[in-house]
Amino acid sequence: MPPLAAFFLKRLLTALPVLFIVLVGSFLLLEAASGDAVDAYIARSGAMDAEQITQLRTEWGLDKGPLYRFGAYISTLAHGDLGWSTAFERPVTSVIAERLPVTLLLMSIATGLAFFLGSLLGVVAGARPGSLRDRILSTGSLALYAVPGFWLGLVLIVVFAVDLRWLPIGGIESIASDKTGLARLGDIAVHLILPVCALAMVYLALYLRLMRDRMAEIWRDPFVKGLEARGLSRRRIVWRHVARNAVLPAITMLGWQSAAMLGGSVVVESVFNIPGFGRLAAEAVARRDTPLLLGVLLCSAITVIIANLLVDLAYGKLDPRVRIGR
Amino acid sequence: MSRILLNRRNFLQISASAGALMLTPQLAFAQDAPVRGGRLVVAGDSEPANLNPAIVASNGVFFVASKVIEPLAEQSYEGKDGLSPRLATSWEGSADGLSVTFKLREGVTWHDGKPFTSADVAFSALEVWKKLQNLGRVVFKNLAAVDTPDEHTAIFRFSEPTPFQLIRNALPVVTSVIPRHVYEGTDIAKNPANQKLVGTGPFKFGEYKPGEYFLLKRNDAYWEKNEPLLDEIVYQFLPDRAAAGNALEAEEIQLAAFSAVPLADLGRISKSSGLKVYANGYEGLTYQLIVEINHRRKELADVKVRQAIAHAIDHDFVVKTIFLGFAKSSTGPVPAYDQTFYEPGTATYAFDPAKAEALLDEAGYKRGSDGNRFKLKLLPAPFFNETKQFGDYLRQALGKIGIDAVVVSNDTPAHLKAVYTDHDFDITVATPVYRSDPAISTTILFESGLPSGVPFSNQYGYANTEIDKLIKSAASELDGAKRAGLYKELQKKVADDLPLINVAEFSFITVARDTVRNVSDNPRWAVSNWSNVWLAK
Repeated sequence: MPPLAAFFLKRLLTALPVLFIVLVGSFLLLEAASGDAVDAYIARSGAMDAEQITQLRTEWGLDKGPLYRFGAYISTLAHGDLGWSTAFERPVTSVIAERLPVTLLLMSIATGLAFFLGSLLGVVAGARPGSLRDRILSTGSLALYAVPGFWLGLVLIVVFAVDLRWLPIGGIESIASDKTGLARLGDIAVHLILPVCALAMVYLALYLRLMRDRMAEIWRDPFVKGLEARGLSRRRIVWRHVARNAVLPAITMLGWQSAAMLGGSVVVESVFNIPGFGRLAAEAVARRDTPLLLGVLLCSAITVIIANLLVDLAYGKLDPRVRIGR
Repeated sequence: MSRILLNRRNFLQISASAGALMLTPQLAFAQDAPVRGGRLVVAGDSEPANLNPAIVASNGVFFVASKVIEPLAEQSYEGKDGLSPRLATSWEGSADGLSVTFKLREGVTWHDGKPFTSADVAFSALEVWKKLQNLGRVVFKNLAAVDTPDEHTAIFRFSEPTPFQLIRNALPVVTSVIPRHVYEGTDIAKNPANQKLVGTGPFKFGEYKPGEYFLLKRNDAYWEKNEPLLDEIVYQFLPDRAAAGNALEAEEIQLAAFSAVPLADLGRISKSSGLKVYANGYEGLTYQLIVEINHRRKELADVKVRQAIAHAIDHDFVVKTIFLGFAKSSTGPVPAYDQTFYEPGTATYAFDPAKAEALLDEAGYKRGSDGNRFKLKLLPAPFFNETKQFGDYLRQALGKIGIDAVVVSNDTPAHLKAVYTDHDFDITVATPVYRSDPAISTTILFESGLPSGVPFSNQYGYANTEIDKLIKSAASELDGAKRAGLYKELQKKVADDLPLINVAEFSFITVARDTVRNVSDNPRWAVSNWSNVWLAK
């Protein structure tokens, strides 16, 4: 087996206990919440009699104890099946398959933007710590970091969608528009501008601060003095030596942030009416749809694990000391 | 007839009292000639997994499905008995209450091209409404057979005398007809057509994009010539509270029904040009704001305590401050607009905290050293903003008369379980729906002996033999006037004994762009078929 594939496999296997803990934990939490999927269903249908209610509970397996249901879930899962969603009356896999790409798209663009723009501005600020542009950027990022994402989203909507009408108010694409190919891609891109901004702004500030502070520290390292003494250009020192060293913590953060982004997307997806994973998770809880919630959390956990794997690989590329398998 | 006229006037009065509100007189547009075509984009309410109104007779389902699948008759402001014919052209009950004869519309086809016949009605009635439908199981409990002497006649046969009045009042809600050829021999509850609906209505089911929209398309073969006027209706799901208002202002949607725009935003929205606010068109689905009471609590089992609570509530404040005028003070379980069943002469409980305190003293619950008489656990239903706000108000109002109410907030499934299964509450704030006849979903709020777990029913530990007897005799009373009389007596009895406290009746608000025409032209408008709705250019 090539070393990279073996590495991936090993990491996934070590993640299995984590996944199991995630499943047990979320199952127990949802069990602890009062009311079940049938209660949630009744509220939507308005009226039901006792016989119908009993019938539905039996059909959905809710007449059985939690231990039995969890066992049954794990056994279907072992067969590669995520189970049946009571809220959508469809297999969980099909519901998740619709939503996951949307959230991954939103998340990866927002994370990428936050990381690159944030780090870039961090380098600008960190190139000359204490300078005017450092102070402006540092203060600005602090202010941005203090703003909650959903509020930013609402403000963006009111300004750019309601008042100016430059951008669509929400959704992932124009509804029932029959657009295909490039026209559709463009349409999706336009719809993503505001939510990506709302999601990326806050994290952008985080990367900016991280980069800038680490750079400010590195400037004081003796090796920088050495480089200066050797007559290297300022630009070369900033980019090849200071920034490259400073980017490592930012990359570590990138791995952690992939989890936070999933969390943040719950709110942003609701505000921007995007049919993604975050909204699905909220709906699964509101409707006590255990298999759906477990499916969502399982996929989220796997996404986070993969993101961290990629981060580790990037680490190896940037810092020869931590390269894998050597 | 008089019932309808009165009911229009009532709602004009309500909206007049609401001040800034402009209730649009449809007459203003009378000169405009209807235009065909266009897409109407509506704020979607919810995404029911089962969209079949023959099985799930709920407003969330009807909002979409009523355009695709039609009932035998629909409510109307002008029609005889408040009805206008849809798939049935006439209905006649026999004197013995054992049969009802429907004449069905001719020349109607299903969206898949097959003809609509009496066999479809018989199948829907026996296999779906009676067996599977949440409300139909009550109304058609005694339906034994449906005879189909010819393709356009259906005779419903009942095993027990069943009031024709009840059947007639229930027609718009419980008689959505579905095609036999699609459902027969399948597991009806799981048939894919419950999602991809096949009906006879003015619109065909187009597309469902989960999390995004439902799309309905014009049915070119609709039986009503020259209708529908719209080409498409899109229900765009907007989960965020602020979304519908913003989307209306940004002209991304043209209509938001069911108060999708929160009352608090109406002031701002109604100032924005080109938008109209409609307070009518929901009379047939009036919601009631009530206080449910757990009679298992010793203090609450005393009628004096219940009366004291009633005297502590300022209906006027509730209507003006919580509902911003979009509600009416109510006196009992039947809303005032229903001229057939409403009893105006019931006992009323004016806002009078001093009297409330006197009643509590009389009942033997004096204020303790901390100023409190006793503690209550108050569970406001999380269904509407207004129920939560009223919960906060009620806590304060009870505090003033020395009852220390502790508010317990739950989400919807937890609330239903706590109240209707576990009975873990002292008082609640709830919103039962009045569905055109007290026998459909109102009498179960008072009737005793219901199994626990049945939502929106008497899970209050309340039992009153007189009231049970009244409900029972009304259920089989064939004479309409006598039956109404029994329900009027019931209203008097419950006003005296106060098993629960009726505070206000409210319905919803529709906000639409002024280019959308024929909005709110019947008492169940949001859940009717919209075949005459059109978009001005």
